[in-house]
Formats: sequence, C-alpha cells, structure tokens
Amino acid sequence: MSIPLPYVLGLSAILFAIGVTGVLTRRNAIVVFMCIELMLNAVNLSLIAFAASMADITGQALVFFAMAVAAAEAAVGLAIVIALFRNRQTINIEEINILKW
Amino acid sequence: MVYQLVIVAVFLPLAGFLVNGLLGRKLNNETLSGILGSATVGVGFLIACILFAAMLGAPPEERSHIVPFFPWINAGALTSGFSYQVDQLSIVMMLIVTGVGFLIHVYSIGYMHGDRGFWRFFAYLNLFIFAMLNLIMADNFLLLFLGWEGVGLCSYLLIGFWYDRKFDKGTTGDAAKKAFVVNRIGDFGFLIGMFLIVVTFGSLTFESVFAQASAMQVGTPVIMWTTLALFLGATGKSAQIPLFVWLPDAMAGPTPVSALIHAATMVTAGVYMVARCSVLFALAPTTMLVVAAVGACTAIFAASIGLAQNDIKKVLAYSTVSQLGYMFLGLGVGAFAAGIFHVLTHAFFKALLFLGSGAVIHAMHEEQDIRKMGGLKEHLPTTYKTFLIGAIAIAGIPPLAGFFSKDEILWRTFSGGYWPLWLIGVTGAGLTAFYMFRLVTLTFDGTPRWDTGKHPHEAPRTMTVPLIVLAALSVIGGFVGVPSSLGGGNAIEHWLEPVFERAHEKMLLTDHGSVEVEYLLMAVSVAIAAAGVYFGRLFYLRRKDVPARVVHSAPGFYKLLVNKYYVDEAYEAAIVTPTVQGSERLLWKGLDVGVIDWTVNALARLFGWISQTVRVVQTGVTESYVFVFLLGVVAILGWLLFR
Amino acid sequence: MTSDFLLFFFLAAFAVTTAVLMVIQRNPVMSAIYLIANFFAIATLYLMLQAQLLAILQILVYAGAIMVLVIFVIMLLNLQDEKALSERVNIRMVVGVMLAFAFLLEMGYLFVGMNLEGAVPAVRPGAEAIGTVEGMGAAMFGRFLLPFEVTSLLLLAAILGAVILAKKRIDNVVT
Repeated sequence: MSIPLPYVLGLSAILFAIGVTGVLTRRNAIVVFMCIELMLNAVNLSLIAFAASMADITGQALVFFAMAVAAAEAAVGLAIVIALFRNRQTINIEEINILKW
Repeated sequence: MVYQLVIVAVFLPLAGFLVNGLLGRKLNNETLSGILGSATVGVGFLIACILFAAMLGAPPEERSHIVPFFPWINAGALTSGFSYQVDQLSIVMMLIVTGVGFLIHVYSIGYMHGDRGFWRFFAYLNLFIFAMLNLIMADNFLLLFLGWEGVGLCSYLLIGFWYDRKFDKGTTGDAAKKAFVVNRIGDFGFLIGMFLIVVTFGSLTFESVFAQASAMQVGTPVIMWTTLALFLGATGKSAQIPLFVWLPDAMAGPTPVSALIHAATMVTAGVYMVARCSVLFALAPTTMLVVAAVGACTAIFAASIGLAQNDIKKVLAYSTVSQLGYMFLGLGVGAFAAGIFHVLTHAFFKALLFLGSGAVIHAMHEEQDIRKMGGLKEHLPTTYKTFLIGAIAIAGIPPLAGFFSKDEILWRTFSGGYWPLWLIGVTGAGLTAFYMFRLVTLTFDGTPRWDTGKHPHEAPRTMTVPLIVLAALSVIGGFVGVPSSLGGGNAIEHWLEPVFERAHEKMLLTDHGSVEVEYLLMAVSVAIAAAGVYFGRLFYLRRKDVPARVVHSAPGFYKLLVNKYYVDEAYEAAIVTPTVQGSERLLWKGLDVGVIDWTVNALARLFGWISQTVRVVQTGVTESYVFVFLLGVVAILGWLLFR
Repeated sequence: MTSDFLLFFFLAAFAVTTAVLMVIQRNPVMSAIYLIANFFAIATLYLMLQAQLLAILQILVYAGAIMVLVIFVIMLLNLQDEKALSERVNIRMVVGVMLAFAFLLEMGYLFVGMNLEGAVPAVRPGAEAIGTVEGMGAAMFGRFLLPFEVTSLLLLAAILGAVILAKKRIDNVVT
C-alpha cells in the first residue's frame, strides 16, 4: 500500500478530536465512556500506522496491550457506573458532584 | 608567681555565689551559708594582704603586674581578655573591697538572722564581690565594664531583696528599678567613652591606651569628649549631679547592702575609674574643671538636703552623695591620690555608720524615723560609742581618719587656685559636721521619744565586732596619709605616685603654696568642723527651740530641703512621663500593634482570601476537569509547535 | 488514484461519519451501534496496515466483548434518551468544542508545507508480514514476555474490582 503516512495520522487526529468533543458534550456517563473508547481507538490506529511504516512489531505489541487494558478498564468502569446508578438513581455526570469544594 | 593568686581571689566569690545560689535553699542552714559566704571574701582579703606584702617588698618599678587568665574577645583590633592588673592603685581598692566586705559579710550573719532569704542574700553579696573585683582589677576597659554592669545588677537584686515590701510611695522593686535605670543612663555615657577610646587608640587595654595618651597634646578635643562621656558614667555609678537620685531610694535594701554597696564599694567605682584614667583626664583640663565643679556642687547640695531628713538611713545616704562629691572634687583639681585616700577613709567610717544604724534599726524593731528615737545610748553602749567615733571621723576632727583625707582635698583645691570651690567645700564640711551630730544627738542622746513596748537591746557579737574593727580603722586609718607639713611622710601619696605619673606630667602643677597657708586652712577646717559638732549637739539637746524657730522663719526653704529640692518630681515630669507616654502611645499602640501586628495579620488574611478564591476550581463535575485537561493539551502543543 | 487510495478514503469517510453520528445520537443504544460500525471500519484499516491479528482482535474484543457489555449495561439501567443539545448547551461546552477544533488546527499545521508525494508510505515495502499471528506470537513470547504475563494480573484485578463494585450489598445498609 502506498498511502502516505500523514494521511493515516490525520485520520487518527480527526477521530480523536471527535472523541474529545463527545466527552465534553454528552451528559450520559456511558456515552462519555464510549467516546473515550473512540479516542483510544484513534491512538491505536496511529500506533499501528507507525509500526507498519517502520516495519517494527513494537507498535503492534503496544496496541495489543492497549486493547487488554481497555478491556479491563471497560469492565471496571461499567461496574462503577452500575454502583453509581444504584446510589444516585442517575448517571448524569453534571449532577454527580459530591467532590465539590 | 604569687600574683597569680589574684585569680583565686576574684573567682572564689563566684564559686560562693554558685554554691549558695544553687544549694542554699536545699541546705537551709544559716550557719553554713553565712560562713561560706564570708569565707570566700575573707580568703580574698588574705590574698590581697599577701599580694600587698609582696609588692611592699619589691622596688617601686616592679610593683605592677599583669596576670592574664583567659582570652575572651579576639576580634581583629578589638581584643579583650579576663586578665588582671595588680598595681598600687588596684591593690588599695582590693584591700578595701575585700576587707570591708568581709566585715560586712560577718555582720550580715547576725543582721539577716531569721530571714527566709538568708542564703539568697549571701549568694547575691558574693556575686557582687566577684563583679566588683573584676571591676577594680581589670586591665582593660571591657572587663571593667563587665564588672561595672555586674555591680549594677547586684545592686538591683539587693535593693529589691525584700521584694514584697513597701517603700516610700512605691515598692522596693520600684527603688531597685530606679537604681538600675538611672545607672543605665550613666552606662550609656561610659559606652560612648569606650567607643571613642577604641576609635582613637585602637585598643581597650589600659597599658596600651595610656601609653599612647602620654604622647598626645593637652587639650585634644576628642579626649575631652571621651572623658566627658566617661564622667557621665561615673556620675551614674557614683551618684553625682545629675544622676544621684537613685541612691536615697536604694535605702530600701537591707542595711548591710547600704553599707557595702552604697557606701564603701560600688559607689566608689566611678572615683576609681576616673583615677585609673587619670592621664586621659589630665589631657582635658575642661573636663577636670567640670569634674571638680560637679563634685563640689554635689557635696554642698546633698549636705543641705541631709539637714532636713528624718530617716536615719536617708541622712546617711545623702551624706554618702556629699562625700563622693568631695572625692570628685579632689580628682578634678588633680589630687588623684587624695581622692583615693578619701575613698579609703570614707569606706571605713561610712560603713561603720551604716552598720551602726543597722544595729539601731534592729534594736528599734525596724523603726527608722529619728524623731521617734532618743536616749538610746544607755541601751546600746557599743553601738553608741562606735557610731560616735564614725561621726567624729566624718566631721573631720583630727586625728581621726576623715580629717586627713578631707583636708588634703580642700588644701589641694585651694592651692590649685580654685578658691570658690574651696569655699563651697569648706561650707559643706561644716554642714556635714552639723547634720551628723544632729543625727547622733537625736538618735542616742536626750530623752526617749519612742513608744513604750519597745525594748531596745544591744546587737549580737557578730554585729558588734565588725563595728569595733571599723571604729578602730576610722581612728588610725588616717595615718597613712599624714601630709608632710605635719611631719608625716604621706605614705599613700607616694605609694600611688607611679600610677598617676603620666597624668602629673601632663598637668601644669601650680605652685604648691606655702606651709603657713596650709596651716591656716587646716585651722579653718577644724574650727568649722568643731562649730558644726557643737551646734549640732546644742540645737537638738538643750536648745531644741532653735531648730523650730529657724524652720518657722523660712518655711518655704525648709519644705524645699525636706522634699529634696523636688528633683525627683522634676525628672518625673520632664523625662520619665514623656518617655513612658511616648512609648505607650507611639511605639506600642502605633507601631507595634498598628503596623507590625497588622501586617502579619493582613498576610494571614491574604492567604485566606487566596484560598477562598482558588477553591472554586474544584467543581466536582468531571467534565470541567476534562475541559481543563484539553486546555492544557492544546496549550502545550501550541507552545511546542510555535515556539 | 490507485485502488488503495480509493479504499482508504472510503473507509476513512465511513469511520468519521459513524463517529460523528455516534456523538450526536440521543439514544444511547443507537450510539453504541454506530460505534460498533466504527470499529469495523477501523478493523479493516488495520488489515490494510498489515496488522492481521490485531484486526481480528479488534472485532473480537472491542466490538464483540466491550460493546456487548456496554449494551448490556444500557439495557440494565434502562436509560432514557438525553435531552436535546440545544437545551443544555453552556459556555464550557462551546469553549471545549472550540478547543477541540483548535487541536485539529494545530495538527493541521503540521501537515501544511509537507511534501505529500515524497512522504513515507504507510507500509514499508517489504514489510508485509509483520502483523501475522506468527510474528505477533514471536514478539509476545519473546521480547514482550514480561508485559504479557503482567497483563494477566491486570485482568485479574479488573475482574475482582468489577465483581466487588457491582455487587449488591448483602446487609442492605447502603444501596
């Protein structure tokens, strides 16, 4: 494939920005979580692009571990959301502000 | 070398102070504390005698020794150590301090019997002797000043010894504070003098300073200021005008304290210091004139106040101020040896008079008003006889000690050309005799005027023996200074001659005057003294109406005398009150509370305000935190890209 | 334009579109569906970039496990649709979106002035076989053995954490 590397990195940046926008804009905790997953994927994409362009397996190994961590994070994060919902009856992150000054 | 013993003599009282001070309360044994306290000074006296004997045996050139002990300050040009100068002048002072001091310590064993602060008294007394010895034996100005301050401290501690008693219009504590503060004013002068000496001579050691001074011209301005500043210190310590006001108040302390500190030793420190710096004063004739004038004026001023006082100790206090005036008069006209001679004789009879008054006060159960005494000579025979000897000595009747020393001073004043000062001095001598015998007569003679119920009894042996010894010294003490005109060798003048040599070189010694004039003046002094004695006895024994008529005819003047010319009140209004008010309103409330405290508090409030303002960042809402992250990322990226 | 380019641009457009749609959707389940579509697009891109194993893992783990878990939770909590964006817009959101745009611009700045024709190709010629199973296996059990083993610990911790956090209280004190 002869796509120049910058194109792939640009795609990665655009996806990352979209993810950031989602985090800032949405109120539902689970949707925010999904946007974070989108950001993680964008970064994975750019790592694999680098691995391919430099013919080094390290990038892909990093993505491997990133995926594992993302999975773990998803499990724990969603468990927290469930516990939060049980306590507060809401997962609107604007209403969950007990750590206020 | 035997002169090393001086270190033992100086530091033994310090050991006594530590033992009595730290262990005295626990031991709670009067005999032990008393003997320990007296022994340290007694040993000092023995050492002084040994050193004196050694010096007598040596030829005059070899009589001065420097005994270094340990180095103290070593800061470039300013070096000062604990080292002592044993020479003719300091050995005389040492003999006085340790000898009379020892007698007074023994007396105190009897006088302070039963007092619950007995051990504290002896501790303080020993500390005083330590400081005084440092003062007189020092070989440099800084160590002298250490002793100077030390005796001031002990004076404070001892005046306020009975800290829970009232005195005059205040407490004993007020009197002690007054003494300390007034002394401090004098010390300021002393310090200025020392600074000038360091600047001018580059050293504080006597030998170095005086050697350099010998090479200077008479009338150098900086020397005049230096000596004036030093003299201010002397007026503070030796109670001359204008800083004499603390001495009468110092009578709040126990009588042995008055005898030791305020008669025989501490107050003579100023005289000693001026004598020691004789060469500096000789270089400044203006200062010498000031010294002599202040001395003469103080002498007559204090004597006049003493005429109208009714407290036995107050009379003696003003007498001390007056006699110190004579000493300074002697120094001021260049008769340094005569001034020191008067220190010696005064120590004897003034200590005797104070100790005798202590015996009287003790017998009368703390009564001190002489109007309530009288007829005590049957009840207190020994006290009466010794007191009488002391009174005759101070009046200047030959052949007792006071005559020789006072007369020498008066003669040198006249022959030096200062006949106005001589006139003042002679008048003062007459007043001295008068008020002393007023005191004696009212206290011991006549019919008893005290309340029934008091049973005066003679003092115990520990008190009477020192009285007897001092009385004997008052009789024979004058013979060390019999002038040549009367056939004596004036031993003390010749003994002290090497010390004042440099000063005498600088002074224009006027013609000494003929021997006939000297005899004439001597006769005049004796006549005036005898008149004072006679009238003093007459007006208070047989013709008691006369004093009442004199007072009646000049009530204003009498009131002035009784109230000490209102000097204290004047100082209070002019100096004390403005200072206190200024401190309170301006410095305390204005600066300290208003500026400094406010600043510190404002700083604290500032931090509180900052915290209040900044904590709003913690909203608790996750999204705002994400927002801040994003902001940071964009900013850092921007900086990395565009720098 | 080669077929590579066409395929790449098609996949890129698809990924971006589904991402945008995911962010805009009000119904959380629809958001999840769009995200899954996005993951498929990215998996295909991985294939194009010679990361075969990871492409499969992407579908298996991300789309298959994680998103399923997310949809389970959405169903469990019975979430309602969100309110419209116009009702709840505030200054922080506006500034935040502007900042995201600024971020994009900064990234764009990097590309300006770049010689796109002479840029490094995404896949180095001759490196077609790096992402195969054999290649990854060799790496995992060779160079990256320690992280590989530690990851198992990490997963253990995650399991324990998830179980404890989501457990219903036995004593019913605090729910």
